[in-house]
Amino acid sequence: MKYWRKPLDAAQVKPPRGEVHIVINRCKGCGFCITYCPRKVLEFSEEFNRKGYHPPVVLHPENCVNCGLCEAICPDFAIWSTPVEQPEEKKENAGGK
Amino acid sequence: MKRLDVTLGQDLRHPLEEYLRMDRIPHVWCPGCGIGTTLNAFLTAVKKSGIPRKDIAVVSGIGCSGRAAGYVKLDSFHTTHGRAIPFATGLKLANPKLTVVVFAGDGDLLAIGGNHLIHAARRNMDINIICINNFNYAMTGGQFSPTTPEKARLTTAPYGSYEHPFNVPFLVDSCGATYVARWTALHVRRLTNSILEALHHPGFSFIEVISSCPTVYARRNRLGTGLDLLKFYRDNSVIKNGANTRECDIRFQEQLIVGKFVDQEKPTYHDTMTEYLSQSVGKRYVPYQGPMQGKEEDGN
Repeated sequence: MKYWRKPLDAAQVKPPRGEVHIVINRCKGCGFCITYCPRKVLEFSEEFNRKGYHPPVVLHPENCVNCGLCEAICPDFAIWSTPVEQPEEKKENAGGK
Repeated sequence: MKRLDVTLGQDLRHPLEEYLRMDRIPHVWCPGCGIGTTLNAFLTAVKKSGIPRKDIAVVSGIGCSGRAAGYVKLDSFHTTHGRAIPFATGLKLANPKLTVVVFAGDGDLLAIGGNHLIHAARRNMDINIICINNFNYAMTGGQFSPTTPEKARLTTAPYGSYEHPFNVPFLVDSCGATYVARWTALHVRRLTNSILEALHHPGFSFIEVISSCPTVYARRNRLGTGLDLLKFYRDNSVIKNGANTRECDIRFQEQLIVGKFVDQEKPTYHDTMTEYLSQSVGKRYVPYQGPMQGKEEDGN
C-alpha cells in the first residue's frame, strides 16, 4: 500500500485479507466492481459468460482487504468477499517488538 | 489475462440470499442500472436493522423499480400504477407494528401517485419511501416524467424537455415529511446507512435515489453507459447534509446536491389519532394494536 507517511503503528496493525467470490453466470458485466474496487483487485475477463457478458476476474487476489465495496455496489448480487484468517504468529511477533 | 473459471461460484451462497427469491434471480434490470444497487443497499440495511422478516413489508408500484417487490423474500405487494402509498398506508393502519417500505420510481410516486405522496407526507404516516429517480419512464420506452430535467431529450421530448421538473426533496419537505435524504446509486454506504436510519425513524421518511438509466435516459442524451453515469455522479455530486431543500433542484448534467436534508421528530398519524381520540372519546377508545393483539407471537 502507498502511504504519504508511514503510520506509526504500521508494524502492529495488519490489514485484513479477503477472498472474492463471483457467480460468473449471474454477472451482467456493468463494470461497477472493477472500476470502484479501491485496491484494483478485479479486471474484465476476455471470455464471455453464458449470457454473453464479460464478468470480472480476480487479477490480484493478494490485494483484497475485504472492504466489501464490490458486494455493496453490485446490482446483480453476483460478487462478494469473505474474510480470510491470517496466521497469528506473525502478528504476535510484530506486536511484541 | 487470467482465464475464466466457470465452475467458480457454483456452490456459493451470496450473503443476501436469505432475503432474495433466488428462483427469480437474475433480475430483469439492464446492465449498468442503479436499481439493483439500491435493492442491494436496502436489503443490506434490512439485514443490519435486525427487524424480523415477518415484521417488514415491501410495496412497489409499476415500472422498472416495481419489479423489486417480486425479488425480495419478504411480504411484498406489486400494486397498481401510482397506488403503492395507499396500499402501504392501509397496511400500516391494519397492522401498526409493521415496518412498511415503499420501493417505487419517480413516475409512479410523483406523477400518477403524486396526490398520495403529498397526503401521506402531510399526515406523517409512519412509512418509508425509497424513490428511484431515473428521470424518465424507462420501462415503457422513455417518456419524460415530472423529474426530467429541462433540456434532457427523451422519446416524447425529442428536442429536449421544456417543462419545469419537480424538486422532490423540497416537495416532500414542504408537505411535512420528517426524514428527507437524497443519494445516488454510487453512494452505496451512505445510502445503506440512510435507509437504516429511515427504517428506525418514526414518521414519513423519504429517500430519493438518483439512479443510472443506461438504456433509455443515457442513450437518448448520449451520456454513455451506466458506468459513465456513475463517474458523473462521482465528479459532480456535493454532499450537503442539512441543506435547504429549496436549493436542491436538479438541472441537466449539472451539480447534484446530495445528503440528509431533514431529520426531525413529529407526532405520527397513529400518535395524533390515539391522542386526539383518547381526549375526545375518553375511556371508550381502545387503540388498535393490530391483528396480533392478545395472541402469542409465534411462527416466523
